[in-house]
Amino acid sequence: MQNALLEARLWLAQRVSAAVLGICVVVHLITIIYATRGGLSAAEILARTRGNGPWLAFYAVFVLAVAVHVPIGLRAIAAEWLGWRGRTGDALLITFSFALVAMGFGAIWGLFF
Amino acid sequence: MPVGAQFLRVSVWRGTHDGRYVEYRVPRQTSQTVLDVVTHIQRKLDSTLAYRYACRVGMCGSCAMTVNGVARWTCRTHVSAVAQDDRLEIAPLANLPVVRDLVTDMREFFDKWTRAKGQFQGSRTRRDDFAAVNPQSKASQALQAGIECIGCGVCYASCDVVGWRADYLGPAALNRAWTLINDTRDVARIERLRAISGDAGCHSCHTHMSCTERCPKHIAPTASIAGLKRATAAAMVKGDL
Repeated sequence: MQNALLEARLWLAQRVSAAVLGICVVVHLITIIYATRGGLSAAEILARTRGNGPWLAFYAVFVLAVAVHVPIGLRAIAAEWLGWRGRTGDALLITFSFALVAMGFGAIWGLFF
Repeated sequence: MPVGAQFLRVSVWRGTHDGRYVEYRVPRQTSQTVLDVVTHIQRKLDSTLAYRYACRVGMCGSCAMTVNGVARWTCRTHVSAVAQDDRLEIAPLANLPVVRDLVTDMREFFDKWTRAKGQFQGSRTRRDDFAAVNPQSKASQALQAGIECIGCGVCYASCDVVGWRADYLGPAALNRAWTLINDTRDVARIERLRAISGDAGCHSCHTHMSCTERCPKHIAPTASIAGLKRATAAAMVKGDL
């Protein structure tokens, strides 16, 4: 029952990534509100983030959780609304997942290095 | 109970999937049910109307139809509760092939119970003693919460996911599997978890809860399906799936 095992794994991965995202989104929003209400300029924000290990780790986890969570949700939508099932659809979504990782880490690179 | 107009205007689905609505004028009666209305049409107005019922008192689950867009038991639905401007629209259950008029083909619905391994599988013989079952245990409570299903198909007809994925097992079959997962006498747990996992199984449920909202027995198939998701995850972590 390969299919059963795969679906159970994907479900668990989506649930765990959702829990991680729940925390990440709250922290991210609080940070945005703090930074903008405090009147920090882009340069001041970069001065705080560049070389900051804990923030780097936080956003790396955030990006990875997105890259896991989003394609699994899109996979269900693609199957139900577009009839995409099987390997072609899965391959496209895996590619999309890597694209999310690339874009996310590109943004992290700009902020932290 | 006083009634408004003397007649109801009732649109009834006639034919198969390619059919159409035909309007009938049916006299209002006190405490009239939707099944009374359909029976009046068949006996007094048009004897060719096909519909299905048996007990008339909410025990058999055979008279479920779509009434004003919502799947219901017609025998337990008073006209006064659902008629809008003295009008009713009665159609066969959704998500099932129509045999004719208001009669649906329930084979796929019940085949899915079989696919979900909805049969009890015990290990004892008649020579063994009775199994001791603690009715207060968490498993027994979960089993009792779902056991009263009579297979009417209201949940299945109300489920969006069944409409999107023809192979999805549906709320009733998954609820049945959940009762057996919680039956301490049953020995086919892992086999059943494999049967109800996968993209036709519990993982496709979106928790829209239409099944739970519309179940005439007030069962919560959504909760049963959530239980199956947890049980498959636990089995997977243990390496049993």
